[in-house]
Amino acid sequence: MTPFTFARASDVADAVRLGGQPQARYLGGGTNLVDLMRESVEQPASLVDVTGLSTDIEVRSDGSVLIGAGVKNTALAAHPVVRERFPFLSRAIVAGASGQIRNMATVGGNILQRTRCTYFYDAEGSRCNKRTPGKGCDAIDGFNRMHAVLGTSPACIATHPSDMCVALVACDAIVHLQGANGARSMPLTGLHRLPEDHPEWETMLAPGELITAVELPPLALARVSSYRKVRDRSSYAFALVSVAAALDVQDGVIRDVRLALGGVGTKPWRAWQAESVLRGQPAGEDIFRAAAAAELAAAEPLRDNGFKIALVQRAIVAVLAELTGRAA
Amino acid sequence: MPTTTASLNINGADYALPLDPRVSLLDFLREHVNLLGAKKGCNQGACGACTVLVDGERILSCLALAVQYEGRAITSIEGLANDGELHPLQQSFIDHDGFQCGYCTPGQICSAIGMAAELRRGVPSYVTADVADSAIALSHDELRERMSGNLCRCGAYNGIVAAIAEQHAKEAP
Repeated sequence: MTPFTFARASDVADAVRLGGQPQARYLGGGTNLVDLMRESVEQPASLVDVTGLSTDIEVRSDGSVLIGAGVKNTALAAHPVVRERFPFLSRAIVAGASGQIRNMATVGGNILQRTRCTYFYDAEGSRCNKRTPGKGCDAIDGFNRMHAVLGTSPACIATHPSDMCVALVACDAIVHLQGANGARSMPLTGLHRLPEDHPEWETMLAPGELITAVELPPLALARVSSYRKVRDRSSYAFALVSVAAALDVQDGVIRDVRLALGGVGTKPWRAWQAESVLRGQPAGEDIFRAAAAAELAAAEPLRDNGFKIALVQRAIVAVLAELTGRAA
Repeated sequence: MPTTTASLNINGADYALPLDPRVSLLDFLREHVNLLGAKKGCNQGACGACTVLVDGERILSCLALAVQYEGRAITSIEGLANDGELHPLQQSFIDHDGFQCGYCTPGQICSAIGMAAELRRGVPSYVTADVADSAIALSHDELRERMSGNLCRCGAYNGIVAAIAEQHAKEAP
């Protein structure tokens, strides 16, 4: 591991000052960054520990929830208000990683974790446009069974690996940021970038900008929500595909819906097209299938990952049917 | 290696932190404090053999930088026995043959202790039918799901599950 300096930020201003130094990285639980440093994929000159900042979960009177970026994944999944009013978020978090890792990992770190594409990790043996821009991608013609089918480009097909983010984008979550030039916020759906010609640009964060909190808007329909993850083994594995959905069905008609997908996209994938097909229609398998097909119409399978297109469509139909049954 | 005056507490004793921030909590335990219970299985967060408790919560010491845990109370497998008497879960692992080679055992036991505390706090799991439930029973499926971060290459899972289940039943109110 390349030598680095370590500092614990005393407050947000201190963090942003330290994080603005060249080659500095913010450190959450370290469950991804420390591993990447050991593999020489990440070689920061300094680490700024931000785990002591903003660890509160504040439930506001309007029904929104403000989650400090330093909140541990376990603490968020276990919060009584999250379990009651945003069950798909709680389920998505406990679908990810292991108990030990969820106790370490922070909300901010989960959002900014890097892809687990094996070619990205293989610094010694593989070409990767994320690691070395312009070098080429060995995944596109390689073993790409785990890779994305939506939002890909000729430069990169890596998935965003988070489960939590899939539920958060379905929630219309807002990220609060602090940089050298002040505070701002944006929808989480706008934080991650598609790879296009520059897969090394993963988010819209400015250099040194820090995620300070994530806000869940009051979303009444999230009470009837679920998260389903399909993987190669029943626990402790990254998703082949996953589905986060919340559904409001009244008198058999879909009044509102939130749908997001994991394991298939180069970013946490909000299924806007499927949602627009579903809204106002009678709930039933035909419309669920049509919505899933509309969302996957643009999918581009490669040699090994074409199975994900059928698999995620079936998972979407199954989750929506389950939620319809619960609403009835 | 030179050390700073900052310290962390391991099994009740204070130790000066390493000056080099690259030292993982696992390497600190094994190489600096000579506590060899926590194992370096994969060193990348995949196997759980390095599991220890920090203020009662289970974590992976291989992915933890020691400097990040300044002032925290670490409990490793060596800190569980009381006056030479095994922790009840250690005895239960012996009673149920919860191991063959024993390499994963310290991590399994620390993990199970942390897992039991999570269950008491109402932390849901992926197999919990209703995540809003305040009281979750430790069914066979719940136990296996909650312990999925600890691998045993000997395949002693039946004994591990039996040992944890028996200890959990004894502790039930």
